[in-house]
Amino acid sequence: MSTETAVSNLKEYVTATIGGQLFGLPIQQVQDVFMPERLTRVPLAPPEIAGVLNLRGRIVTLIDMRDRLGLQQRVGEGVVMAVGVESGGESYGLLIDSIGEVLKLDDAGREPNPINLDPRLARVSAGIHRLEGQLLMLIDVDRVLDLSVKSIAA
Amino acid sequence: MDDLLREFVTETNESLDVVDVELVRFEQDPNNAKILDNIFRLVHTIKGTCGFLNLPRLEALAHAAETLMGKFRDGVSATNEAVTLVLATIDRIKQILESLERAQREPDGTDADLIGELERMVLKLGSKQPVAEEPQYAVGTLTPQVLDRPLRLGEVSLDELERAFRETPVDPPPAKPAKPAPAEAAAAKDAAKDDDAAKSSGQSIRVTVDTLEHLMTMVSELVLTRNQLLEIVRRHEDSEFKTPLQRLSNVTAELQEGVMKTRMQPIGNAWQKFPRIVRDLSNELGKQIDLEMQGAETELDRQVLDLIKDPLTHMVRNSADHGLETTEQRRAAGKPPHGRIRLSAYHEGGYIIIQVADDGRGLDTARIKAKAIAQGLVSEADLAKMSEAQIHKFIFAPGFSTAAKVTSVSGRGVGMDVVRTNIDQIGGTIDVKSVAGVGLSFIIKIPLTLAIVAALIVEAGGERFAIPQLSVIELVRARLGSEHRIERIKDTPVLRLRDKLLPLARLSDLLGGKAAGDVESGFIVVTQVGSQIFGIVVDKVFHTEEIVVKPMSSKLRHIAMFSGNTILGDGSVIMIIDPNGAAQALGKSVTSQIDAANTAHAAPDATAGQSTSLLLFRAGSTQLKAVPLSLITRLEEIDARKIELSNGRHMVQYRGHLMPLITLNEGVNIKGEGAQSLLVFSDGNRSMALVVDEIVDIVEDRLDIQVASGNAGVIGSAIIKGQATEIIDVGHFLPLAFADWFRRKDQPHRAKPRSVLLIDDSPFFRDMLTPVLQAAGYAVTAAGSAQEALALLNDGRTFDAAITDTEMPDMDGFEFATAVRADTRTADLPIIALSSVVSAEAVERGRRVGFHDYVAKFDRQGLIAALKEQTDVGRAA
Repeated sequence: MSTETAVSNLKEYVTATIGGQLFGLPIQQVQDVFMPERLTRVPLAPPEIAGVLNLRGRIVTLIDMRDRLGLQQRVGEGVVMAVGVESGGESYGLLIDSIGEVLKLDDAGREPNPINLDPRLARVSAGIHRLEGQLLMLIDVDRVLDLSVKSIAA
Repeated sequence: MDDLLREFVTETNESLDVVDVELVRFEQDPNNAKILDNIFRLVHTIKGTCGFLNLPRLEALAHAAETLMGKFRDGVSATNEAVTLVLATIDRIKQILESLERAQREPDGTDADLIGELERMVLKLGSKQPVAEEPQYAVGTLTPQVLDRPLRLGEVSLDELERAFRETPVDPPPAKPAKPAPAEAAAAKDAAKDDDAAKSSGQSIRVTVDTLEHLMTMVSELVLTRNQLLEIVRRHEDSEFKTPLQRLSNVTAELQEGVMKTRMQPIGNAWQKFPRIVRDLSNELGKQIDLEMQGAETELDRQVLDLIKDPLTHMVRNSADHGLETTEQRRAAGKPPHGRIRLSAYHEGGYIIIQVADDGRGLDTARIKAKAIAQGLVSEADLAKMSEAQIHKFIFAPGFSTAAKVTSVSGRGVGMDVVRTNIDQIGGTIDVKSVAGVGLSFIIKIPLTLAIVAALIVEAGGERFAIPQLSVIELVRARLGSEHRIERIKDTPVLRLRDKLLPLARLSDLLGGKAAGDVESGFIVVTQVGSQIFGIVVDKVFHTEEIVVKPMSSKLRHIAMFSGNTILGDGSVIMIIDPNGAAQALGKSVTSQIDAANTAHAAPDATAGQSTSLLLFRAGSTQLKAVPLSLITRLEEIDARKIELSNGRHMVQYRGHLMPLITLNEGVNIKGEGAQSLLVFSDGNRSMALVVDEIVDIVEDRLDIQVASGNAGVIGSAIIKGQATEIIDVGHFLPLAFADWFRRKDQPHRAKPRSVLLIDDSPFFRDMLTPVLQAAGYAVTAAGSAQEALALLNDGRTFDAAITDTEMPDMDGFEFATAVRADTRTADLPIIALSSVVSAEAVERGRRVGFHDYVAKFDRQGLIAALKEQTDVGRAA
């Protein structure tokens, strides 16, 4: 995480598209971006866990972000990417559709979640940035990984 | 944290652990000046260092404790009260150390209470010759406000330093040593350490656990990489890498072993606190308790050690609190007043076996029953069918505690279920054996290490999994029409394996797969978890591989079927099956159906599953007859013309003796010519032979006498290889050959025959052995179970020796021996173990529990010889 720390309130986000929606992940939390290969399905695992794989000798647990965010399941096509994050000494990969550029955003421009935001999105959202032409939802990685934060949706 | 402080905390904690143990020893052996010196020295070192590091609370406490112990050294006898007080002080010091470690400074608060008590105790013990400087010093520490009084603090630590480092010419540090200069720090360390240094004399170094953990991780990676390379080379047959890779592979294996070794610690480390705990408990509960520890040097992985510390402590507490009776109760029950708790540990295969045993009242079966019903764990009807051992297992059920009252010692709602969960987590098993009034023992079996295990790689539902080799008993290939058939009881697939029914489950079904067709063929991984044996059906079996266990992601840890995951040589991740989880998933319903079926199939006795080599023959009729092969000395075919008739009996010259021939029944005609088949039975230098028509076969089968026989010479009928077969009673024929077979000349006449207690759960073997033993001149009392035998012994029956089967339900021979040894009245009873498996391990285990001899079942001569030796020794003594 050798990123230059943002000046004043500027924060850097790695952007990713999942199901057509743009999301932003705090760059400090992103370890790497990789293409998941040799994914091993884990029987009996919660549905949002896509499986595990070996990434340079580490076992990475992959989270299916579409499932986690309550978005539509992917239909066959397209290359899947994964954003590597770390939490509690463990490695995770968040499955996304495609990776975008890194954006510097002023924290002042962050707005709270709209009250009518889909609860499945709201539970992992850290706020919204209005960009030109589209909205960027900030993802709270810790909450994504806290699979117990789910009951709200049910 | 400051390095110096960290070092101090570590060392002091270690010293305190020693002090703990030593004090308890000292209390029992108050005249041992050496122990006292050792304690004194340790406490003194702590005190000195505290002063130097400006830790006034610790210093004042250590000082007060030291003063009191000074009294002991002056010859005042150490009262229980005084020792308790010193122990309490040590506990307080530990508490302070803990927060010191966290906050890097002493916690606020005062120890005036303890110090006051210590000082009162000093006065009470009232020595004539107090150490010269102590009164003055005591004034200094007496003030409860030692804290936050820099001036006094300064004085105190200066004083202490001078005393502590008298011999070392060090300049006194400034009054407020906020941060000691490095040179001084080094000096202090040297001074504090020199005692330890003398002990270990530089042969060992201190390495942080983190360093070792990191090493272990790196070695694990190395193992993985090596596996990957091996996988690659396997694909390229004549690769030039082969030789160097072989070398790398060996080096890696050695490195792995070496690093594993650094992680090994003696289990005694986990036991260290027990003498103190038991001492405190015996005071608190008013019981006299002896603690025995065997095998403290047995080593296991420190990670495992950490995880079993608490469960063990819990069990020791339980034993002291609930298990052992009060002194009065024990006297009333005719037991020695001192209760005994015994901890033992030893290695067996890749496991360490730990036993926690007491000679207390045992489990209260009635209360467990009541509670199990009250908690809805089982229905009354089911309960009635359960054996005592099965009922005892309920204590491991969640939330189960039989303690009628909650005491401060145990019974805080944390029961054996927590212990079991902890042990399950590390892939271990726990079992309980209890005999009412005699004692209780827990047997824990845990793997030596968790990091690298041998595992069988299998495939199910198109995915690969690893099954830890340690729980795999064997692999069976099941096919339609083959020897091992998969059958069904209702809807449950079972495997008939050597006449035992094993419940089966497809691995893919256990893993929540769709109902994947029929279990008709496939590989069956016969797996054992505790006493439960079952088969896991997989599609393919690959090979065994050393795998590096990586913990499951915290998001997946709740899945009981997996104990971890690993990376295979080809780089893919696979799940490691947890046999415990599989056993649970297999479900109670299945196992109980099997149990029912097994009992229905088998005769009520417990010979089920025990297979015996039997000789099948025909004599006098076409019906098959059988006799245990091991009773037969030889099979012979003789020329019928050599058979002579003498005094109306058939004889044959055999190895320089005349051997009588006995026909099994009237139907057997001794041939006039041709070859005559004989079964020769020998005892000592005499032999007899049974004349038979035809020797058919030798088979391995379960001896399960279904119909008892009224005919002399026939024990009964059993189904062997699908045919009704008569089992011959050899004991009946022996005296027919020699009328005096039962009264042998070479046995001196005795006023009273020696008495033998024969314990075997199988009526067949009891019946088989009783005449044999009687023939050898012993009075035999047979018992069908260890409990029955113990009851006989408890009734005051005395025997010259006991012969016990090792494998019995409920209580096996090992436990029987342990129980016998535990009772002073029977401690000297020679016990001979009979076992169908005589492995070096079993013999060793037998020796430990106190078997005098270990004889293979059916080794009749060996048994008689052993018996003779033991009873003769007994008489001579």
